[in-house]
Amino acid sequence: MTLSLSRVAKTFAGGTKALLPTDLTIAPGEILSLLGPSGCGKTTLLRIIAGLEQPDPGARVLFDGEEVTALPVERRRIGMVFQSYALFPNMSVRANIGYGLKMQGLARADIDARVDEVTALCQLQPYASRAVTALSGGQRQRVALARAIAPRPRVLLLDEPLSALDAALRGQLRDELALLLRSFGITAIFVTHDQDEAMAIADRVAVMRAGQVAQIGTPETLYRNPTSGFVARFVGGAMPLRGRVTGDHLHLPGGALRLRPGAAGQQVFVRAEDIRLDPEGPLAARVEAVTFLGTHYRLALSGAAPDLLTALHAGHSAPRPGEAVRLSIAPDALLSLPAEDHA
Amino acid sequence: MSHRSFLLLCLVPLASFALAFLAIPLVRLVLASGEGAEGWAIYLTILRTPRYLATLGQTLLVSLAVTAAALAVSTTAGLFLARSRFAGRRVLLSILTLPLAFPGVVVGFMIILLGGRQGLVNQLLPGHWVFAYSVTGLFLGYLYFSIPRVLLTVMAAAEKIDPALEEAARTLGAPPWRVMVDVVLPALAPALIAAGAIAFATAMGAFGTAFTLATDIDVLPMVIYTEFTLSANIAMASALSVVLGLVTWALLLLARSLSGGTVAAGG
Amino acid sequence: MRHPTRLIPLAVTLLACAFLLVPIVQSVLAGLTVNYFRGLSSGLTLKWVGEVWGLYASSILLSIWLALACLAVTLVLGVPAAYALARRPGRAARVLEEFISLPLAVPGLALALALLQLYGSYSGFRTSWAFILVGHVLYTLPFMVRSVLAVLAAIDLKTLEEGAATLGAGPARRFVDIVVPNALPGILAGALTVVTLSIGEFNLTWMLHTPYLKTLPVGLADSYASMRLEIASAYTLVFFVMIVPLLVAMQWASARAQRILS
Repeated sequence: MTLSLSRVAKTFAGGTKALLPTDLTIAPGEILSLLGPSGCGKTTLLRIIAGLEQPDPGARVLFDGEEVTALPVERRRIGMVFQSYALFPNMSVRANIGYGLKMQGLARADIDARVDEVTALCQLQPYASRAVTALSGGQRQRVALARAIAPRPRVLLLDEPLSALDAALRGQLRDELALLLRSFGITAIFVTHDQDEAMAIADRVAVMRAGQVAQIGTPETLYRNPTSGFVARFVGGAMPLRGRVTGDHLHLPGGALRLRPGAAGQQVFVRAEDIRLDPEGPLAARVEAVTFLGTHYRLALSGAAPDLLTALHAGHSAPRPGEAVRLSIAPDALLSLPAEDHA
Repeated sequence: MSHRSFLLLCLVPLASFALAFLAIPLVRLVLASGEGAEGWAIYLTILRTPRYLATLGQTLLVSLAVTAAALAVSTTAGLFLARSRFAGRRVLLSILTLPLAFPGVVVGFMIILLGGRQGLVNQLLPGHWVFAYSVTGLFLGYLYFSIPRVLLTVMAAAEKIDPALEEAARTLGAPPWRVMVDVVLPALAPALIAAGAIAFATAMGAFGTAFTLATDIDVLPMVIYTEFTLSANIAMASALSVVLGLVTWALLLLARSLSGGTVAAGG
Repeated sequence: MRHPTRLIPLAVTLLACAFLLVPIVQSVLAGLTVNYFRGLSSGLTLKWVGEVWGLYASSILLSIWLALACLAVTLVLGVPAAYALARRPGRAARVLEEFISLPLAVPGLALALALLQLYGSYSGFRTSWAFILVGHVLYTLPFMVRSVLAVLAAIDLKTLEEGAATLGAGPARRFVDIVVPNALPGILAGALTVVTLSIGEFNLTWMLHTPYLKTLPVGLADSYASMRLEIASAYTLVFFVMIVPLLVAMQWASARAQRILS
């Protein structure tokens, strides 16, 4: 299903503009992630698509060209996975999964067949007859997903589906979820505040900030070619290098770096993985802290830039805290982006 | 149908019932109080008639006394039961909550069995020991049905007090009685206010007990009843009802604003 | 370290228990002994209970009928209303909840007078059991609404309903499939409270009843005033037998609903 939004905005009672007018088109079978910090409007946008929230007048929500803006949620034929899962505690796992099919008025046998199919797909057979209150967090998450896709919705909406899980489980389920969503071949929108989740699961990511889409593109595009400092910082954790730009050089407290041409008047960012320890490097820095992370070390460096810099170092040994080091950064790794008003 | 209109629909039966059988009747009651010979001056008459004033005073006094006694007894027993574990604890707790659903008439009968002419006390003790038909009997009757209500509220609150608070006070060197005064009672205060208000409101409006013990006790509900049935003074019965209702309701509101919780009476 | 002052709470508890229990035991014994004044030595008998049944069977049955009818009405009025109040916690909802809770604060006698003055002249209604029923519903309704509301307020009803809505369930469907099943502990506790209170209700009923429609407590008052002590006691015993199991069930159900809240 093609989903298109035009001039979708939301002002809450009290005047808070949760979402500024937004246009967005999602292709059939595409998995789009809405990524942003809390309060950026991503959940509001998702809830408007679901029909759980009414947009401001003038907005249009189209499912395959059919206007659904005024259609109540129960008639939109969407599937939704809630942050808290919203599993019905008064029903078994099977009854939860079959509920949407029951609402469509399907015959008992058809419901049973489809529930069996979805249960198998989501590997829930061992738990099918259990009470939902007797499930672990990961199992609940799969039940919520199975329940949402069982009625073959036109679009699947997921609101932070992994955030209720603990960190260890989250990583594992993230990849599972990515595989499952691909296997459904369904248009899906996935809200998250975690860039790793968005990158792992989505075909395209819409980075949102203060009620607006800041940039939309594939994970690679967002990472390699961010169009704003915000996106650079939010996707891949780029660090600002506050210094003076003269010609093709950036002058920092620890030394000067060569830039790609055309960086005048722009703000320069760098990612931790692009900072190299290099005895010949142009930047002087002091090691403040060293964290061993198994595959690499994380170094906190002062003196090179006004702010503390983080560098990833992949050697077998690392300098000690207090040591003076020199750094180099390749000109291609420096992201020159339009200056932001706020840090 | 939209969700909003469905919610409104859900309220319609209740709202209609409340309008027909609560709002309009109460308005009618207030209007009726002004339909007597004196009109609205009837409320001044209440203030000027010593008998009514004395009755109101006596009702307030008995209710306050019952509230104080019930709070003292139930807080002591409630804290004791909430904090100790011993064989028979559950039995004591069951006994103390048993009268929860007894109507006033039954409570009155219980007091007659204790302190009536043929009552237990009169039979066991030498001399004449009849107190059921006096203010003492009424006081005991109200106490009888207040104890369980207050006890349950106190125990519920006592179980919610974080034991670490008391332990912290002990580690800081407070002796047990100071822990009680500085930690436990302040933590119980909202519950005590709420429970006290319930006991008070119930005592103010209690009719069944007074009716059973009857005879020569003038409390407001009894006076209203006699004005209505014997004197057929409907205006006065209505006016006194309005006064009784307002005093009780105002006190519950006050208690609630003090305790911050929900306060309701029953019985 | 057993200080004498530590025995005070125990003593107070035991005294309070004695105060509450002794007359109950007295009344049970009196209802079962041949002659109360000669004591247990006169022998035990069910004669008085039998006489009570002969004299007051209709009152007892009327009370049971009224309690069930009261339960039905409070369910129909109270459960949907509690749901609406839980979903729209606005100012108007609070005012309505306060208003229907008024019968907890305003004495029953005043409410009965109010009802009598407004509806007393409609003799068909005035003399029917429905008139008493109105009083009982008025008094018990707040307990039902609050009990259900407390449970609904404790669960994330909004999200559960949104979940059902995304699966295609309309408002009425959600009420039946999601709201009612999840409110059941509160409904059960409320229902037992309503039945218990209705069976024991006296303050309103005494004013609203007619000589042909006496409820159990009205009959009790009647027996206390005019019957011998053994019959009054036997009738009280019958009342205890009805009310105590209800009370136990009510407390159990409330504790169960309470556990959901925490």
